[in-house]
Amino acid sequence: MKPPAFDFLKPDTLDEVLDTLHRRGADARIIAGGQSLVPMLNMRLARPAVLVDIMRLDALRAIREERGEIVVGAGVRQAALESWPQLSAKLPLLARAIGWIGHVQTRARGTVCGSVAHADPSAELPLSLIALGGSVRLASRRRKRTVAASDFFLGMMSTAIADGEMIEAVSFPVAGNGTGHAFREIGRRHGDFAIVACAAVADATTTHLAVGGVDDLPRRFALPQSDGKALDEALNEIAWSLNARDDLHASARYRRELVRRLGRDAVMEARSCRN
Amino acid sequence: MPELTARTRHRVCFRLNGREVEVLAENRMLLSDLLRHELGATGTHVGCEHGVCGACTIQVDGAPVRSCLILAAQIDGADVRTVEALAPEPGRLSVLQAAFREKHGLQCGFCTAGILMTLDALLAARPDAGEAEIREHLSGHLCRCTGYVTIVEAALAAVEELRKEQKDNA
Repeated sequence: MKPPAFDFLKPDTLDEVLDTLHRRGADARIIAGGQSLVPMLNMRLARPAVLVDIMRLDALRAIREERGEIVVGAGVRQAALESWPQLSAKLPLLARAIGWIGHVQTRARGTVCGSVAHADPSAELPLSLIALGGSVRLASRRRKRTVAASDFFLGMMSTAIADGEMIEAVSFPVAGNGTGHAFREIGRRHGDFAIVACAAVADATTTHLAVGGVDDLPRRFALPQSDGKALDEALNEIAWSLNARDDLHASARYRRELVRRLGRDAVMEARSCRN
Repeated sequence: MPELTARTRHRVCFRLNGREVEVLAENRMLLSDLLRHELGATGTHVGCEHGVCGACTIQVDGAPVRSCLILAAQIDGADVRTVEALAPEPGRLSVLQAAFREKHGLQCGFCTAGILMTLDALLAARPDAGEAEIREHLSGHLCRCTGYVTIVEAALAAVEELRKEQKDNA
């Protein structure tokens, strides 16, 4: 359980980071908080030749509001977002979900963007990003581009980040007036990876439900405005569409049942707490 | 831009329990191993080495963190506290440590150093922490002896004792 050898670079500017990624290509990995990458190194599931530490870049540490979005830089730790005074007002879904990410001890180091880059199918931040219809800002030496969350996650731990690219920030849309949010999760123990997690966002005319932990990536669905049989049928269809599988932690059948039940709870709560 | 090459030992400087330390370490060395093997601070225990068990929890810049998920190369310039920092002087336990002894908050003791560092950080930040908050923080630790009940009791007793001390000092 010890990492393999790697070069460790400590750039002082974003240009140096991007030059390094350009030169070293797929051999290089960004390290920020290290709470996903270091376990992968320790278990030797990842063997990058070079790690590029971005935590010396003050420019990446900002949380700022920009044209109706909250932009969270690549150096922002999960604990920093958790204690951001405007979190409940601007991103009520995150305010509800963030306590479910790992533990106090991992949120103190782990970054928001790092979790998005890692793209674990049961992780709360990718799920929240999908639920809110957020986006990911990617940078490379050649260009900057913004990718919608729905195009960013490609599969289990697989994303649209190309060689030479890094996440510079992720953007979550600010909660609109009259919008309600809810988050539900079931795991074996508090802080474990979710067996199923559901995030619901509802306003006067639409309801969206995002589901994590079941398919290879978090997915978002539109639901009918009904709270009766039509909602149950829609949730049942979602449950069957998610390629639920049996594994060590839960059966596919149990996962589908959780989607139906947690999904309904989340939807009803989101509708009832519209601001 | 500092470039630290693989398979070479590089200088790492940080503050450990109030004292500046300087060691040579490879980039890939985990902070847990750096503390134990290079600095002799063996109070920090090593369990799972992938961030699940919480045994190796220490404080970095005041926050409880997993020392097995931090690379030596990342710790330069940081302020690190380990369980060795808790006792006010040799032979005297801190309030929290004494409460663990009093309430049987440990049996084998393997998980204890990590739990103490989490609770010490919690009580420093929130001296009036209640049971729910204590349990929330303990969820990042595995203990296979106690069943956690006595650990929660010890933490609550420490909260009470610290409150009394503060009142006496006021």
